[in-house]
Amino acid sequence: MIARWFGKNASQDAAVEAAALRSDRFRQAREGDWQRLETIVTRIEGGRLRKLSDEDLLALPALYRTAISSLAIARETSLDAALIAYLEGLARRAWFAVYGPREGLGAWLKRFFLGGWSAAVRGLGVDLLIALAMMVLGTVVGWLLVSGNPDWYYSLMGSDDVRVPGASREALLHTLFGQQDQTGLSMFAAFLFSNNAQVSLFAFALGFAFGLPSILLLIHNTAGLGALLWLYHGQGLTLELVGWLAIHGTTELFAILLAGGAGIHIGRAMAFPGDAPVLVAAAAAGRRAAQVMVGVVLMLICAAVLEGFGRQLVDSTTVRLAIGGTMLALWLAYFFAWRPARGQAAA
Amino acid sequence: MALLRRRRVRLRPGPDRRQRQVITPEGVPLPFTIGARGARAAALIIDYVLIVAAMAGLTYLVASLANAVHIKADERNPVGQALVVIWIVIMFLFRHIWFLYFELGPRGATPGKRIVGLRVAARDGGRLTTEAVVARNFLRDIELTLPMIFISTTLAVGEDASFAGWAGTAWFLIFVLFPFCNRDALRAGDVVAGTWVVEAGRDRLKAALSTGAGAQGHSTLTQTRYEFGEAELSVYGEYELQVLERVLRDDNAEAMADVAQAICTKIGWTNGRGDERAFLEAYYTQLRARLERGMRFGQRKADKHS
Repeated sequence: MIARWFGKNASQDAAVEAAALRSDRFRQAREGDWQRLETIVTRIEGGRLRKLSDEDLLALPALYRTAISSLAIARETSLDAALIAYLEGLARRAWFAVYGPREGLGAWLKRFFLGGWSAAVRGLGVDLLIALAMMVLGTVVGWLLVSGNPDWYYSLMGSDDVRVPGASREALLHTLFGQQDQTGLSMFAAFLFSNNAQVSLFAFALGFAFGLPSILLLIHNTAGLGALLWLYHGQGLTLELVGWLAIHGTTELFAILLAGGAGIHIGRAMAFPGDAPVLVAAAAAGRRAAQVMVGVVLMLICAAVLEGFGRQLVDSTTVRLAIGGTMLALWLAYFFAWRPARGQAAA
Repeated sequence: MALLRRRRVRLRPGPDRRQRQVITPEGVPLPFTIGARGARAAALIIDYVLIVAAMAGLTYLVASLANAVHIKADERNPVGQALVVIWIVIMFLFRHIWFLYFELGPRGATPGKRIVGLRVAARDGGRLTTEAVVARNFLRDIELTLPMIFISTTLAVGEDASFAGWAGTAWFLIFVLFPFCNRDALRAGDVVAGTWVVEAGRDRLKAALSTGAGAQGHSTLTQTRYEFGEAELSVYGEYELQVLERVLRDDNAEAMADVAQAICTKIGWTNGRGDERAFLEAYYTQLRARLERGMRFGQRKADKHS
């Protein structure tokens, strides 16, 4: 910068002297820097980052501060409205370039999977336990309701062709094994766009109503599970049912747990915001919960793959239970046992 | 960095109602213009059209490629099935990838927003974090896609459609009308993420009007020299100076003639004809010199009435 001051040629000096107004002399002295900043910012906006030389990239923050300070001076000393408008626009564009997001999509995904997601899940804390309690409660409630009065089954699960109270053991057994006529692909696609994905997203979204609808949604959905368990237990097929559900069920139920926990997290932050204003607390909780939910959507895709293909290929209850158990252990280890070094997760 | 305050400057109605001042971390207030709600809706529609077109185009390409290489996705071919699974997953996530990739890029705007001239910025003047962009995009799913799916599945299933359909519609309307209920046109996603959508303009540096032959007071047309004294320059203030600058930049002969007439009447000169441009440039330069000198001493004259 100093060298450029001393290296100015004679014609530039003459032009600067010829300008009668001080504000024009100020402008002509700085115009070169502003043009340079404009070129750099235009290149960045056009996505042509590679074309920028190293000196240009290193000069960007300094040039931005020059433009900002020129703007402050121009506001105080100049009445040239076009100049001030230009400097405001230039400072704005440079501000976007300097204070934009530090990483692109790829870098964020890497940080997400290598510790960001599990940190967000651990940040939910108590809300996960509340959601777990609600899910267990819902299952128990469903079981008790249906065992007291089998008509409750139709309200909880709707009417099915085969899986109704009073079905024979062979009919129920047939639903668990030997469903080879459906192709894995159609089941995968059906699951992906089906009920359970929507339930999870709803459980999160309804967190903004202080978390109560999320709790009710969790209870309502696990009540159906309790009803199903009661039905198969009546024919002595509990273990087979658990195996049938376990392949994708551990992942899917874990995902619903996380979604419910995220909704309760937002709801609790709104109900008990501490020192911050309610909306600020809700926004902070919402950002953490959104991180968890991005992972939940991916977990549900995982569950869809497991349901579509795993269930078709595996026919033995022991193997199904083993797969379900392994998936559960993997998820638990990923979220709670694996804590990568601070530098990696917090970058 | 301490929490930065935001001052709102209320000027004349219209686009100025959407002006906001944000204090940058360097301590200088920068003006931003909130994007108009109609423009944002247009950007969203354009984006969705582009997404659907891109998905259809890519699927057609991949399908014809698979056909050419004779990969079929039936039960006997696990490779084909695996590819179809991966493709379905990519299409399912495509709209998220689209929004995230572009909003985390150097322009902070998807192609739809770029066409309309908008971009995403952090509301407090600081850094736009990746988590904020992720949160605001994820919430768009809750606001738009979920009620759409809800409504369409209940319509397709057909049973008990009245209550579920109305619930879905109410959900959709609450979120679509949310930007109309707050002054900064924030979506629910913007509120959670701490962002807003502003106009991304670009100004050219226009030549200074006070450097040039006319500004020195010499007229090239009539060879006269216009010099104004203190009494003649003290009638007007900064507002009139900026009006005069706009007139000079627009370069409309009739407007210049009108303004020259008005000034001459005010300062008691006889109006000539044909040399308005040089007259106005000279008056502009000398008025500006006087007002800027006053600025340096802390005396500002806002307009002719003060």
